[in-house]
Amino acid sequence: MPEQPHDDGAIAATGMGGAMDLAMSEAETLEKRPGGDGGGPADKPRSLWSDAWQDLRRNPVFLIAALVILFLVVISIWPSAIASGNPLKCDLANAQKGSSPGHPFGYDGQGCDVYTRTVYGARTSVTVGVCATLGVAILGSVLGGLAGFFGGVWDSVLSRITDVFFAIPVVLGGLVLLSVVTSSTVWPVIGFMVLLGWPQISRIARGSVITAKQNDYVQAARALGASNSRMLLRHITPNAVAPVIVVATIALGTYIALEATLSYLGVGLKPPTVSWGIDISAASPFIRNAPHALLWPSGALAVTVLAFIMLGDAVRDALDPKLR
Amino acid sequence: MLLEVRDLHVEFRTRDGVAKAVNGVTYSVDAGETLAVLGESGSGKSVTAQAVMGILDTPPGKITAGEILFQGQDLLTFKEEERRKVRGAQMAMIFQDALSSLNPVLSVGEQLGEMFTVHRGMSRKDARTKAVELMERVRIPAAAQRVRDYPHQFSGGMRQRIMIAMALALEPDLIIADEPTTALDVTVQAQVMDLLAELQRELNMGLILITHDLGVVADVADKIAVMYAGRIIESAPVHDIYKAPAHPYTKGLLESIPRLDQKGRELYAIKGLPPNLMNIPPGCAFNPRCPMAQDICRTDVPPLAEVDSADGVRRSACFFWRETLDAHHG
Repeated sequence: MPEQPHDDGAIAATGMGGAMDLAMSEAETLEKRPGGDGGGPADKPRSLWSDAWQDLRRNPVFLIAALVILFLVVISIWPSAIASGNPLKCDLANAQKGSSPGHPFGYDGQGCDVYTRTVYGARTSVTVGVCATLGVAILGSVLGGLAGFFGGVWDSVLSRITDVFFAIPVVLGGLVLLSVVTSSTVWPVIGFMVLLGWPQISRIARGSVITAKQNDYVQAARALGASNSRMLLRHITPNAVAPVIVVATIALGTYIALEATLSYLGVGLKPPTVSWGIDISAASPFIRNAPHALLWPSGALAVTVLAFIMLGDAVRDALDPKLR
Repeated sequence: MLLEVRDLHVEFRTRDGVAKAVNGVTYSVDAGETLAVLGESGSGKSVTAQAVMGILDTPPGKITAGEILFQGQDLLTFKEEERRKVRGAQMAMIFQDALSSLNPVLSVGEQLGEMFTVHRGMSRKDARTKAVELMERVRIPAAAQRVRDYPHQFSGGMRQRIMIAMALALEPDLIIADEPTTALDVTVQAQVMDLLAELQRELNMGLILITHDLGVVADVADKIAVMYAGRIIESAPVHDIYKAPAHPYTKGLLESIPRLDQKGRELYAIKGLPPNLMNIPPGCAFNPRCPMAQDICRTDVPPLAEVDSADGVRRSACFFWRETLDAHHG
């Protein structure tokens, strides 16, 4: 038998994109496999996702970023777990005071506890970041993916629309659009980010769907009677989703920074919502007297944004080794 | 007749102009018969096959004329949804490069099983059992274990076997194999070809074998159609062609095969380049490269006319077929 199965790692497959049916292939991959499979080393068949995971869990950048993000998510869900105070209970008598027992970060200009507000601010940032990213990713990849798959007139129209959106400066757009909003919830800000953010993902999704569509196995699936929806969902999406995931992860960090920017400019979130941007804005006039009130929310913001960008980088390395 | 392609014309409309990829192809295959379609790159052999399968990219491709009769029905009149049901179930295709023709993120079992879940509405579990059966049928060792493996874990020959298994899954009446062995090692080529021929006999399928490899053709084909610039220039029972070609192009092809008895001599090559499909020369498309070309070849298109044959129908699109035949004998 001149043909020997060769198990030269999953290198060939990892370059080709991501897999959507993560749960299923993971579960199958991790199942025990009977050995002696016709000569090859007793190696588990590794799907793209399990391969990426093997890569990630040995990557210190990913581990640090993931820990920071995990911590952020936990404190956004249960801020009271580590901060017993009320972020809205402020006493002007304490204004600009430094750190004291029970109030490690001191007080801001309004006499609010900086520690409590920084902890509670995580919730806003994570909510805005996650919701905006989800919205952008879903809207962008559906529109971009369909345009890339079907092509033709819709593709041209969508491409021109994305060009229009790319031409809008984000901060200027925010100043114009959000200044008319009176709601103090996070939703107008999220809506604005989705509105301006989807073209970015849509372009990437379109491009990667066009690339995946040209693969021989999509043609092969078509030649064997697969329908459009089947080709799109089963053969194209799993192989086109990786770049979208990567860009969306990195974008999550920038949405958090954007929320802070908009809040700083006074058009983002509004009190009584607790947000790092608002706190940075409020603390900046007192930078000489009470630098701690500026330092802590800024630091938290910087660490959070950095963590998401690092995560995105690590995920990109794992999903697309060609880029390394 | 299982499949009859009649006077098929396919164009590609591009920014630079219209490329006439297929210009009046006529061929037919019967159940249990193997037709080898021979030609160099750009001769239109794959485009014809894609038109038959209904997987031509339109736009830019467009079928401008012709009929594709499959079991008596003209496929070109079918709606896309009806054609989709024909694909896979009644006619299937095997591609050149099995690694790129298999989805890298799905295990081979899932991809084989898909044929049954999509077309037959089987449960995933039954489909997997069927997948193992298919893999055994194409003689993949330890099929039950390997069904969960991914395409990259198989060797080239094994992958092509899996492609064959996928194409044969629903026991179609017609298989189109587009250079099925080109990407394989020479030793593996023969095995894969034998397997394909054997399964074809077993299932009594029609097989269209697209290739540029004359060596592969001789063993398995019943008849040959030679294509040049989107046209069939010679069609004949397989033995006739090897005995004596009736078209100078076929003759050139046969003479450019390396042969042991010509060791040391320079290998023959057909002079010139294949024509630009956007600007096919008038008259016979082969005339600029043809050693026998006369004035008439530069003005008139030679019809694909019947020529003398020992067994079966033989046609050549050359005004000087008799001279070509005689030159070979002499």
